[in-house]
Amino acid sequence: MTVYGWGLIVVFALVLTALALPLGRYMAAVYTGQRTFMDPLLARPEHLLYRVIGVRVDRGQDWKRYATSLIAFSLVGWLLLYFILRTQTLWSFTGLNPMGYHSMPWNVAFNTVSSFLTNTNWQYYGGETTMSYFSQMAGLAVQNFVSAAVGISVAVALIRGIVTHVATSERDSAKAHSIGNFWQDLVRTVLYVLLPISLIIALILLSQGVIENFSRYLSFTGITHIAQTLAMGPVASQEAIKLLGTNGGGFFNTNSAHPFENSNGLTNFVEMLAVLLIPAALVFTYGRMTGNRRQGYAIYATMMLMFLGAAAVCYIAEAHGSPAQHVAGLHTAVRAGTTGGNMEGKEQRFGIAGSALFNVVTTVTSCGAVNSALESFTGIGGAVPFANLSASEVIFGGVGTGLYSILLYVLLAVFLGGLMVGRTPEYIGKKVEAREIKLVALGILITPLSALFSTALATATRAGRASIDTAIAHGPQAFSETLYAYLSQANNNGSAFAGYSGFVQPVAGNVGSHGITFADLLGGFTMLFARYAPILFALAVAGTLVNKRVSPAGLGTMRTDNPTFVVLLIGVIVLVGALTFFPALLLGPIVQGLTGHLY
Amino acid sequence: MSTTTAQAPAAGPSPGRRQAVSVLRGDIARRALRDSIIKLDPRVQVRNPVMFVVELGAVITSGTWIAQVFGQPALGGHDPAWYTFTIAIWLWLTVIFANLAEAFAEGRGRAQADTLRSMRQQTVATMQDGSTRRAEELRRGDRVVVVAGELIPGDGTVVEGIASVDESAITGESAPVIRESGGDRSAVTGGTRVLSDRIVVEITQEPGQSFLDRMINLVEGAQRRKTPNEVALGILLSGLTLIFMIVVATLRPFGLFAGTNISDTTLISLLVALIPTTIGALLSAIGIAGMDRLVRRNVLALSGRAVEASGDVDVLLLDKTGTITIGNRLASEFVPMPGVSEVELAEVAQLASLADETPEGRSIVVLAKRYGIREHDLTQMHAEFVPFTAQTRMSGVDIDGQRLRKGAGDAVIAMVAAEGGQPPAELRQTLDRIAGEGGTPLAVARDNQVLGVVYLKDTVKEGMRQRFDQLRAMGIRTIMITGDNRLTAKKIAAEAGVDDFLAEATPEKKLELIREQQAAGRMVAMTGDGTNDAPALAQADVGVAMNTGTQAAREAGNMVDLDSNPTKLIEIVEVGKQLLITRGALTTFSIANDVAKYFAILPAIFISTYATVRGGKGPLSVLNVMGLGDPRSAVISAIVFNAIVIPLLIPISLRGVSYRPVGASALLRRNLLIYGLGGLAAPFIGIKLIDLIVHNLLGA
Repeated sequence: MTVYGWGLIVVFALVLTALALPLGRYMAAVYTGQRTFMDPLLARPEHLLYRVIGVRVDRGQDWKRYATSLIAFSLVGWLLLYFILRTQTLWSFTGLNPMGYHSMPWNVAFNTVSSFLTNTNWQYYGGETTMSYFSQMAGLAVQNFVSAAVGISVAVALIRGIVTHVATSERDSAKAHSIGNFWQDLVRTVLYVLLPISLIIALILLSQGVIENFSRYLSFTGITHIAQTLAMGPVASQEAIKLLGTNGGGFFNTNSAHPFENSNGLTNFVEMLAVLLIPAALVFTYGRMTGNRRQGYAIYATMMLMFLGAAAVCYIAEAHGSPAQHVAGLHTAVRAGTTGGNMEGKEQRFGIAGSALFNVVTTVTSCGAVNSALESFTGIGGAVPFANLSASEVIFGGVGTGLYSILLYVLLAVFLGGLMVGRTPEYIGKKVEAREIKLVALGILITPLSALFSTALATATRAGRASIDTAIAHGPQAFSETLYAYLSQANNNGSAFAGYSGFVQPVAGNVGSHGITFADLLGGFTMLFARYAPILFALAVAGTLVNKRVSPAGLGTMRTDNPTFVVLLIGVIVLVGALTFFPALLLGPIVQGLTGHLY
Repeated sequence: MSTTTAQAPAAGPSPGRRQAVSVLRGDIARRALRDSIIKLDPRVQVRNPVMFVVELGAVITSGTWIAQVFGQPALGGHDPAWYTFTIAIWLWLTVIFANLAEAFAEGRGRAQADTLRSMRQQTVATMQDGSTRRAEELRRGDRVVVVAGELIPGDGTVVEGIASVDESAITGESAPVIRESGGDRSAVTGGTRVLSDRIVVEITQEPGQSFLDRMINLVEGAQRRKTPNEVALGILLSGLTLIFMIVVATLRPFGLFAGTNISDTTLISLLVALIPTTIGALLSAIGIAGMDRLVRRNVLALSGRAVEASGDVDVLLLDKTGTITIGNRLASEFVPMPGVSEVELAEVAQLASLADETPEGRSIVVLAKRYGIREHDLTQMHAEFVPFTAQTRMSGVDIDGQRLRKGAGDAVIAMVAAEGGQPPAELRQTLDRIAGEGGTPLAVARDNQVLGVVYLKDTVKEGMRQRFDQLRAMGIRTIMITGDNRLTAKKIAAEAGVDDFLAEATPEKKLELIREQQAAGRMVAMTGDGTNDAPALAQADVGVAMNTGTQAAREAGNMVDLDSNPTKLIEIVEVGKQLLITRGALTTFSIANDVAKYFAILPAIFISTYATVRGGKGPLSVLNVMGLGDPRSAVISAIVFNAIVIPLLIPISLRGVSYRPVGASALLRRNLLIYGLGGLAAPFIGIKLIDLIVHNLLGA
């Protein structure tokens, strides 16, 4: 461990908070229809877009209409992306398929489309060997923007459900009240939030050496006298939204470990910021929209404490090295000129802290970008991403998804805590009753259900085990890879403990390639189910909360904006996550962390 | 008019508290044991999903054991038959313990109900026309005559006569009470005994729906419906059960992948240990016991929903008179207006009060005697009594064409002004002075002339300020309701320490206040007894009617206080809160317990997984942090702990978690510490201790 390492973690947390506060205020203005400094520039294109889509946004939607619009939009997006990916050669006339790549097989396409639609960006394929520039830009990047916007929209709709105060005279239990307009939220998110910030990030990355071109791949002979190919492409523009939208799907196979995606320590820092920026800002947005900023601070504190805890554990574990490395007599201590610790699978230019922190940043969120090889982490260091995923992506989480997911946990904590202070539980003045608890319980059930169920299917069947390369992984390592694959897909994260495959590709360009149908379909359905079921539950919660009358808080009301509640909330999140995933984690990362034997 | 009152000496148990029926009473314990077996019926268990899962597990393990014994040992995996048998027995015991908790709670209620039922003897009612009819055949609107020594055959309103009635059977209070026609003390309850005189009662109930019937149903829990919070908690518990079913079901293939075959018996044990059996087992007992605690405080809640709502109360409306103050505002001084002698004022005030049987009225008559004025006999004076109404806020008599009135200052001024009189300038001063001093001024007028003011003094009851401080700490604001003018109200409000007051209250104003508070999202509780309280009682979220009140009030409220003690509301709120706290605390405890159970059962299951030596200890065996003897003893210990924690917690669920009127944050911290952290730690100790016993037994 080094001062630089700890300093990086602390500085990162401070810079993140400093940037998220003003962005949170700006986003609150965007979603409450207030004028922002971007209006002069964006108001006209915004209204033009509404006319193009053919929607009237002055009318609010109740939760069912909101959900219907969202599902319809997603369905169209799915079909469009599938069409683009399956007709890759058709678009060569644009000049954006310089390598003349063929389309990926149907099963891998199914998995990939579901993956990008759900903000997962799980990739069974390598970008530079599979995708044309056209597919990356017109297909994947579009979903990187809109899937992020969908997540944020749901979060904003849920916030409105919580904070909207329908006057007694207008309240009508039979009538469902508006939780906003999906199309407006979608368009405003893309125009006012995602595009401008992506632009800034892309420019920063470009300035540091991240490439942006439409060139053919370059061929050269390296110092080892072997002919090599250097993949090219419009990377910087794709990279920005990959991180900002917590998507994580790499342009290149090695993702953010590739120098053209992530060139140095500065870009690494900016990329980590880009990932957490919106999830963190949304929490402040939430506080502002409730009218009590402390509500936002309490949730922020919860997330930040858990985040720092995860970062500390991961960093300490990696800096210490694994038992197996100690057994083998490898040097793991800090010595002159080295950082010590476990450098296997890490880039020299990021070091242990830069890799450990990046790993935590991308696994607490649903980003799934990687700048180091997760499977090469130590047992405990590698258990951290497992633990982060087990917390169901509520520690900042994906853009939007993190907030609406943690709000479900907040309602659960409010329910338990509310009972313990002797009142019908209330959150921001609204009573949490049977219907909300039913939806919350279902919402929280989804991740464990889909992750554990899919892993069980994959480990128990021959078709599932076909995805494991038994030549290099067996026992707990093979189990970890499988569990991580489905945990990642169920959490819409997308990062991987490499090794679990769903695509066999003998040469670049997809000729002669085939997918592993079982893994592709199971993963695809897992992602779709684990994305849309919680969205529907969150919107339904918004729909029931919006109709509730608001009771003023008193001394007898449990406060949700003080340290006691933060402790309770952390307790609930950790307990639910631990109780659900402890047995499974035991057989993967924990076994590996406890043994000197290498698998 | 006969005014015989039988004032029996107050004796017997202290009023307002029924004794808790001990769970250790032999008959209750025997009945509870029997019921806990009867309740094993799956049709009963299915209503409680958590315990139903346990019962299913018990059935499966029992079946496995039987198969093992009868020559199919393979069905038990590697497990010996004794292990399967032990687990099966403890799973059955878990369900039985849960049933026992419920049966005990019901048993206590039933014991209360039996006492009540014994009062519902065969009564023959004498109808007004002289015919007789069986009590249970009486219908609403029937009129019956009840004379001294007879039981009142049903709930109703006295329409004729006055009598002293022994209501000790339902209230526990041995002193007889007066029931008379008209006014606010006209309601009588079936099963109570008339001690003197004769009354005519109009029955107000349909057969089988009497007060007594409802009370019996309530305490027995026969018609208990789940309250909203209980339903929500039930859903959460089912959700958790579902999650753990997935966790345990997927552990089988995970184990096989790691080369470890986990037996059904052990998997079922793990499932039962994880699902929230503790709270699942005690949930209904907690609800029944909450109702029982209210009944012991002599409060009848007409629904569990009302009890729960009382924990949510934000605003308490309390009548000043009789609740906050002693209530007997006594005349202490006559203040005549210029040109009127004190004696003249005293005489008119006395005449205007002669027919006024309120303590205030009587105190005026008593004070007037000091001026040498003897009591007049109204019947000889062609006098016509004008009763007090909430609208006129005056009372008095009409004698020989003269209208003598006494009443609230502005009401009297308005009357005098309406008749063309001019109230003297000093009047307003005097009224304000008295009100400012905390007294109640009663203006006295003869036709259109104001003669003076009677100074009534009232005192705040002792200990009220502390009670209001307590309520404030609980987050409840108190609003004092009084017919007094603003100044008087303000003075007394400050003295008593209430948060707010409503002065010059009329039933309409009271109702409006409640609506206003409710529109602002607050839950309102109030007490009332009079017929004119009925609309407000019905509007309030928690309306407690005094048993001494009218039938209308009793029907409008959702609780009846048999002691007719208006400060009882504070206790009711506490019971409501305690009910929720007990559920929340035990849920937290139950979930927190799971951590230790994992550390007991999982290392036991995976003790030799990935062991380098075949059959030796694998890496996961280091997770056996409790140092439990061997795998089977570990699983058994966890299950035994899981089972016996239920009976150990029965007392807490029946008594309720202790509640202190501190703010919500302090309460939350305290309960999180006790039931959250305690729930984490307790099973580590408990399971270890049990393992020491079990392991040694196995080793022997």
